[in-house]
Amino acid sequence: MMTDTLTETPTLVQPKAPLLRWRVITDHAVLIVGALFMLMPLVLVFTTASLPDAEIVKHGLQLRIGDQLDDNFTKAMFETSGFTDANSGLVMLKNSMILGVGFAVGKIVLGMMAAYALVYFRLRFALFAFWVIFTTLLLPLEVRILPSYEVIQGLGLMNTYTGLIVPLIASATATFFFRQFFRSVPEELVEAARIDGAGPLKFFIDILVPLSRTMIAAMFIIMFVYGWNQYLWPTMITTDEGMFTLVRGIKQITQVLEGTNLPEYGRANLLAIIAVLPPVAIVVFFQSWFVKGLTDSDK
Amino acid sequence: MASVILNNLKKTYPNGFQAVHGADFTIRDGEFIVLVGPSGCGKSTLLRMIAGLEDISEGTLSIDGQVVNTIDPADRDIAMVFQNYALYPHMSVAKNMAYGLKNRKISKAEIEKLVARAAQVLNLTEMLDRKPSQLSGGQRQRVAMGRAIVRNPKLFLFDEPLSNLDAKLRGQMRIEIRRLQRELGVTSVYVTHDQVEAMTMADRIVVLNGGRIEQIGTPAEIYHRPASTFVASFMGAPPMNLLAATAAENGAVSLGQDIQVAAGADLAAGRKVTFGLRPEDVALVAEGGIPFDVQIVEELGANRLLHGQVAAQPFTVSVPKDNPATTGRNQLLVRPETVHLFADGVGARI
Amino acid sequence: MKRAGFANPWLPILLLVPQLTIIAVFFYWPAAHAIQSSFFLQDPFGFGSTFVGLENYADLLGNKEYLKVAGFTVVFTLLVTFLSLGLALLLAVKADNVIRGAKTYRTLLMWVYAVAPPVAGFIGILMFDQSTGPLTAFFQSLGWDFKLGVVYSDTAFAMVTVSVWKQVPVNFIFFLSGLHSIPVAVREAALIDNRSASGRFWDVTFPLLAPTGFFLLITNITYALFDTFGVIDTLVKGEPGNNPMNLVYKVYVDGFRGNDLGGSSAQSVILMVLVLALTVFQFRLVERRIHYT
Repeated sequence: MMTDTLTETPTLVQPKAPLLRWRVITDHAVLIVGALFMLMPLVLVFTTASLPDAEIVKHGLQLRIGDQLDDNFTKAMFETSGFTDANSGLVMLKNSMILGVGFAVGKIVLGMMAAYALVYFRLRFALFAFWVIFTTLLLPLEVRILPSYEVIQGLGLMNTYTGLIVPLIASATATFFFRQFFRSVPEELVEAARIDGAGPLKFFIDILVPLSRTMIAAMFIIMFVYGWNQYLWPTMITTDEGMFTLVRGIKQITQVLEGTNLPEYGRANLLAIIAVLPPVAIVVFFQSWFVKGLTDSDK
Repeated sequence: MASVILNNLKKTYPNGFQAVHGADFTIRDGEFIVLVGPSGCGKSTLLRMIAGLEDISEGTLSIDGQVVNTIDPADRDIAMVFQNYALYPHMSVAKNMAYGLKNRKISKAEIEKLVARAAQVLNLTEMLDRKPSQLSGGQRQRVAMGRAIVRNPKLFLFDEPLSNLDAKLRGQMRIEIRRLQRELGVTSVYVTHDQVEAMTMADRIVVLNGGRIEQIGTPAEIYHRPASTFVASFMGAPPMNLLAATAAENGAVSLGQDIQVAAGADLAAGRKVTFGLRPEDVALVAEGGIPFDVQIVEELGANRLLHGQVAAQPFTVSVPKDNPATTGRNQLLVRPETVHLFADGVGARI
Repeated sequence: MKRAGFANPWLPILLLVPQLTIIAVFFYWPAAHAIQSSFFLQDPFGFGSTFVGLENYADLLGNKEYLKVAGFTVVFTLLVTFLSLGLALLLAVKADNVIRGAKTYRTLLMWVYAVAPPVAGFIGILMFDQSTGPLTAFFQSLGWDFKLGVVYSDTAFAMVTVSVWKQVPVNFIFFLSGLHSIPVAVREAALIDNRSASGRFWDVTFPLLAPTGFFLLITNITYALFDTFGVIDTLVKGEPGNNPMNLVYKVYVDGFRGNDLGGSSAQSVILMVLVLALTVFQFRLVERRIHYT
């Protein structure tokens, strides 16, 4: 038997009870207040969307559920406003989807291709190409909005999906992400693949793309939300109401609210919810991918 | 199966750094060659040149009688085991092993047969459907081995394949790799910085330092007749004691402080040399030896290491476990045939 | 570049061409065009233009209204940046402290990231509505006669609030992940060295968050300058009038509504220079100081 007895048992001093409890309570209190600050407006918009217009006009946003949710939903999805009767919620939803998905896919495909070329090839003008591409990170579309508009006009791409999506892709964010990611892929993988007889295309398709799955998913979420939420560019490039996206349509909604006898607040609120729901859902459901993709840009 | 001829291979990087200063030797068919040296000595670069992953700046490399300088790695009929295994993380064990075969347009049935056989040899049959992330370090290492042997290549290349394993597993894998290589008879080049791996596995060892080959020889040759102070201190643990000395009369050398040792050397008196003695080649005697002041005794179980000084220079002695050892003044008996002498400065063996 | 890159000569070019083409047509050409037209005076009826050198720039710098907008932009940017960073940091530190419900809080606080700026603006209109807005009612109960779209400073207040609301989530996510990446051993060492929680925060946590914070600082400035366009445009209901606006909004108003192409281009170029300066500043500072690894 192991004996390692203390000759004297030391008296144990009981420490004072820590202030931990209070700390925990204040921490939660701050977080709850913060969460309310962030979510209350959205909740209000949602509950109010279930009320009849007359009531909203009188009392504004309210925290109670009415019975008009489906009516307002029908109005929002199928009713049109404006001059051409082309901008029902359904049409705008379709356009938003096309913009969000088209933008995300375009960015990812072009970004992966360019990043692959920059990272995995011995290219004489690699440094030059790198700078040409990465300078675009510096200047957001907003500062060159007018000349970009003129280019689209000159190419006859007004009110087209191409004109809507392609100029937004002209920045290197995805290329930058994928370049960072490819550089973090172990060097030996490409060497092993070369010895295994894989050429550049095979390596890309068999190894690199499957390896990037998480990264692609994260990118897709970020880019989809970014594309979906675009406002200034769609505002300028789409004049045809049948091309409006939900986010672009918001402006018209707020303008229509002015000066009408009975403004359709319920419909407007529901359109706002429809404009918010898909990106929120994708961000919340794919939280871990999204957070990873977002914070990896920090490095 | 093939022989490999390195004819004055050199590697210079675009920034002017010369990683390999002319490697010139022949690897015989079926031989297990170990390239060993400290990090940055050029051993990995040399291996990667043989693999075709690194361009050859100068010289020629031939495998099986064919010059392969400009041949793509995939076409050299080699297989390589990487330090971090480089398994494809998204493929199952079976797919990992099959990938190289698939790219060589081998029929599905044939691939299945080859993978099954390799898995059996390596005890991986149970794991064929798993992903690399579900395997332990030792299992991953075996998959990497499997990927190499499944193709039955002319040449195996190993780039520090055991350095990520713990000591016990490393010992097992050493034996397993050697056994496999013997069975398959495939010519192998193995890079490591671990001199124990080099000694235990190699048919011949190539010791590299600073991009230059210091010595090529069997483990016994390297151990018993190191060609330079570098080889002497790099190979063997604990390393050889190297002391500054001066040649004296009658084949003896003087270590300073009036200590003279018979070394059986025929040198001009007064010439400065480096005197080398392996820790395990000396014995403690009661009297009549050279004085050795022991400061620390390290207990290793099977033996003890005594660290101290001889002639005011650091010196280590290894004694069997039943030898009494104490700190303080001891006496050492040096047998002349165990003494190594090296030229002062360049460090070449005399 | 990888050590063992492929040597294929034409494939990388083929891979780069799509991206380079798009960038050339929709980035470099418009940017160059903006710089060029900033030196010209556009005929208001669209008949050609005259070279006027730096006159557009001189006009701007002498223009009281432009300077007012610039002044507002500075105040607006600083307020939005520091308020959203401070709030997010507070929430992140608390969310990092709590053990129960940390994941739930993270989810709840993330939602608004996905709300588009103009939608945020729309919600702002409802919240700050002059007659029925709940926040307006709240302010009135405090004796503040809040008038969105009428009183300059009230509108500015709403703009800042909505912009901060929209930006807190992304900052929160970054700060929280920054806090998570502080090694446990470092936290434990601090726990042993310093018994005061706030002392630990300022001496250990805060400096270790500095790289994240700095990255966010630049991101937030860019956000306040550019991405708040939708918020502003919705809050002023597309009618700038006497309402506050920032520089990007003015580029749009002057160029798109006022057809002053030269002046608007000059404004664009000034913004470009501003962003470039910001980026250079970011690179230099990041390289030099706030890096511990």
